[in-house]
Amino acid sequence: MMANRVMKPARAVGIVGYGAYVPRYRLPAKYISRLWEGSESGGPVKEKAVAGLDEDVVTMSIEAARNALARGQIHAEVLRAVWVGSESHPYAVKPSSTIVAEAIGAGPSIQAGDWQFACKAGTEALVAAIGLVGSGMADYAMAIGMDTAQGRPGDQLEYTAASGGAAYILGPAEHSLAVIQGSYSFVTDTPDFWRRAGQRYPEHGQRFTGEPAYFRHITEAARALMEEMGTTAADYRYAVFHQPNTKFPQRAGQLLGFQEEQLRPGLLSPVIGNTYAGAALIGLTAVLDVAQPGDRVLVVSFGSGAGSDAFDIAVTAALPEKRDLAPRTADYIARRTEIDYATYARFRGKLAE
Amino acid sequence: MEVPRHWRIRQQRYSLVGEVCPHCEAKIFPPRDVCPECGGEAKTRFDFSGRGEVFSFAVMHDAPAGYEKTTPYTVALVKLEEGPVVTAQLTDLGEQPVEIGMPVEMVTRKIREDEEERGVILYGYKFRPVLK
Amino acid sequence: MPEVVIAGTGLIPAGEHWELSLRSQATRALLAAKKDAGGLEPQALYIGNFLASTVSHQSNLGALLTDWSNHRGIEGFTVEAAEASGGGAFRMGYLAVASGLVDVAAVVGVEKVTDVVGPGLENAIAEGMDYDFEAAQGLTLAGQAALVMRRYMHTYRVPRQVFAGFPVLAHENAVGNPHAMFRRPISLKAYEEAAMVCDPLGLFDMAPYADGAAAVILTRPELARATAGRALVRVSGSAVVIDTLALHDRPDPLAFDAARISVQRACRQAGITPQDVDFFELTDSFSIYAALSLEAAGFAPLGKGWELLQDGTLRRDGKLPIQTMGGFKARGNPLGASGVYQIVEAARQLRGEAGACQVAGAKRALVQNLAGPASTAVTHVLERWEPKG
Ligand SMILES: [Zn+2]
Repeated sequence: MMANRVMKPARAVGIVGYGAYVPRYRLPAKYISRLWEGSESGGPVKEKAVAGLDEDVVTMSIEAARNALARGQIHAEVLRAVWVGSESHPYAVKPSSTIVAEAIGAGPSIQAGDWQFACKAGTEALVAAIGLVGSGMADYAMAIGMDTAQGRPGDQLEYTAASGGAAYILGPAEHSLAVIQGSYSFVTDTPDFWRRAGQRYPEHGQRFTGEPAYFRHITEAARALMEEMGTTAADYRYAVFHQPNTKFPQRAGQLLGFQEEQLRPGLLSPVIGNTYAGAALIGLTAVLDVAQPGDRVLVVSFGSGAGSDAFDIAVTAALPEKRDLAPRTADYIARRTEIDYATYARFRGKLAE
Repeated sequence: MEVPRHWRIRQQRYSLVGEVCPHCEAKIFPPRDVCPECGGEAKTRFDFSGRGEVFSFAVMHDAPAGYEKTTPYTVALVKLEEGPVVTAQLTDLGEQPVEIGMPVEMVTRKIREDEEERGVILYGYKFRPVLK
Repeated sequence: MPEVVIAGTGLIPAGEHWELSLRSQATRALLAAKKDAGGLEPQALYIGNFLASTVSHQSNLGALLTDWSNHRGIEGFTVEAAEASGGGAFRMGYLAVASGLVDVAAVVGVEKVTDVVGPGLENAIAEGMDYDFEAAQGLTLAGQAALVMRRYMHTYRVPRQVFAGFPVLAHENAVGNPHAMFRRPISLKAYEEAAMVCDPLGLFDMAPYADGAAAVILTRPELARATAGRALVRVSGSAVVIDTLALHDRPDPLAFDAARISVQRACRQAGITPQDVDFFELTDSFSIYAALSLEAAGFAPLGKGWELLQDGTLRRDGKLPIQTMGGFKARGNPLGASGVYQIVEAARQLRGEAGACQVAGAKRALVQNLAGPASTAVTHVLERWEPKG
C-alpha cells in the first residue's frame, strides 16, 4: 500500500465561505408511487426538491455562490477559480462556470471549468480548489457541486433524483471558518451508473450500485483517511456521506462506526432527495449551519464510475459569526411548495419527448 | 440568433450592474450614456443590491414566442431600494399572492431559450419574495 | 405659413385580410383617398407603418408603395413610431405642405398583421417597447398596459370594472360604421366574464390587432377647392411629444406627460383650449389608456377619467364624444395605420359624412395617436374648413 495516502496542502487551507441552494418545489414520493405502483407506499425518501421552470445548474450555482461570498465577506474579484461540478450542466459544450463567474463578478483572471464525475463532480472540484490554494497558486478558489438530476419516468431513480447543491470558497486557513485537515480519494473503474453522450436519462446497474460501488468506495476512502489521520468515528462530531437515499448513508455510517446523531444534521436526502453532485456538499452546509468551533466533521462523497473523496474538516472560531450572513440550508428546506406529478413533469421537461 | 446583443449587456442582466452619476449621485439602471437626472456623462459602475418592492405587476397568459414554457408568469415593475424601477419577472411565487409593496430580492434565472433546445440560454435578473 | 387641408380620405375596413397583401391594402386606401380628392396628384408619399420589416420581411415601403400605386418619380418613405406611426406620417405630410416645399402630400397608414400566425406577432409588436429591458423580460404591449392598469387601480382604489364602459361605448358606436371590425354591442356581463389576457387586463380591455390601411391627401386650400367636390378639413394644430420609451423610467407611469404636453401644444397652435373641441378621437388601444388620455388632456382630474363614462359625457350625443366610429377597440387596431384611421374618421365627422356615426354639428376635433403608454404622443386639431369671404 502506498505511503502518505492522505493529501495535505503545502500551506493550510480552509473553507472561507459556503452557501447552499435548494429550489422551492417538492415532489412527495407518494405521488410517484401512486402513478407507477398504484399505491402511496412512497419510496426511499419522503420527498425531493424540484427546480422551477426557470432554474438550472447555472442559476442554482449562482445563488449558492452568492451565499458563499456573503459568508466569506470577500469580493468575487479575489477568486482565482470558479469550478462547477455537475452531471446536469445546461450545455454539453460551453462552461457553466463562466456564466456563474460573470454573474457573481469573478474574473476574468480566473480558472473556470466544469467538472464531471457523476455525484462526486463537486468534491472533485473541491479537492482541486484545495490544491490550487494549498500550492500558493491562488489565495481563493470556488468549488460548486450542483445538480438538477433526472430519472427516466417510472425508473426507481425518479423517487430521489433531485435539485440542489452548495458552493464553497477555499482560502488560507487563517481566514477560514473551517480548516481542511486532510483529504483522501479512492477511485476505480466501476460502471454502476452512466449516461451516454446524447442520452437524456442515465442507466444504472440496479443492485450493483450498492456493495461494489457505493459502499466499497465510501468505506475505503473513509477508513484510509481516518487511519492516516489517526482518528476513529468517535473523534468526529458530525459525518456526512453521499446520500442517494436515506438508507445508504445510514448503513455506511454504521459500517464505519458512526452513531445516528453524528449523521442526522447532515442527512438531508429524506426531505430534499438526492442532489447528486450537490448531495455531500449540501449535507456539509447543513452541518456548518449548526456546528461549533472545535467540532470535527468527516465528509465522504461518492460518484458513480466510481470514486469517493473523503475530507477531515475542523470548525474554527470564525464560524458562528459567519453563518447568518446568508440563508441557512434549513431556510431553503423550509421554503416548500408541494407539486403533483403533472407539474413535476412540466417543470422537468418530461412532456417534451 | 442574437448572441452579441445579449452578451454585451450580460453584467447588467446577470446581476443588475448599473451606474452612479459622478455629477449628481443618481443611481442609474440600466446604464446610459447620459445621466437622466442631470444630463452629465454617466459611466461609473454601481452594483445594485437587488432589493426592492413590487410597484405594479401583471400576470401574462398570452406569452410571446420563447416565453411560452413558463406561462402564466408574472411581470412586475420593481422599485429598487436605490431608486430606479426595473421591469422583471417575479419567480418562485409558489402559491404566494403578489401585492403592490411586497418586498422582493433579485435572483438570476433563465429568461428565455432560443430555437428550442439548440440556441443559447438567456440568463438574467428576476425577483422573488424575500427568502428571509 | 400656408394653411393645410385634408382634400381626400380613403380606407379599407380594418380586419383580417387574408387575401390582401400589404401593398394591395395600402394601394387601395391611397387610390380611394386620391379619388376622393378629385384626382389630385401627390408629390410625396409618407407611409405610417410599424411592423412590415419584421412581420412581412419588407422594408423600403416608400419605394414599394410609391411604385405599386403607380407614383414612381415622387418622393416616398416610411415614418415609424410604433403604434403612433400613422399619426407620425400624418404629421410629416402636414409639415411638408405647411413648409411650402410640397404642394400635395399623400399619407397612408398601413399594417399587415396576418402575414404571420402564432405568437411571433406579439414578439414583433413588443419591439415597440425597450427590447433589452422590457420585451426581453417577457413583457408584451398588453402586459405593459396591464402594469399601468394595476397601478391605476391601486393608486385610485378602483376595481377593473370601471374601465368596462370604454369597450362597451366603442362597440355601441361602431354599430353603424361599415369599416369597423366589430359592429355588435357588448354587455357589461361579457366584459366581466371575458378571459384574462394579462391579469388585470381582460380580452375586452384590449383592441384587437388588425390588418388595415387608411390614407389622406393633404394640400393647400386653393389647390383643393378646384378638385374636391366636398367640404375640406383644416389642420389647425399639430404636435408630437416624446416621453421615456420604457415605462419603468417614468417618475409616474400614470402621468402620460407626452399626451398632456402634445394636447397643450396642438391646442395652443390652433388657438383653442381642449374644451373647445366637439369630439376627441383618443387612443383606446387599451381601455386604461383611454382613461389616462382623458386625464392627460385635462378633461378629467387624475384618477377620474373613467367617471366621464357615467354621466353620458363621452357618448356620441354627449359633451365630449370619443371613439365616435368605434375607436381602436371596435374598429380594430391596425397599429401603424391606426393614426391615419383616426384622422380619416375625424375628417368624415367634420365633413358631416359619418353616416349613422355622425356627431351632430361637429366642427372641431382633437385627435391623439399614442405609441404604447404615450411614449410617443401625436396630437392634431382638425377643423371644418370655412373659406374666408
Ligand atoms: Zn447626474
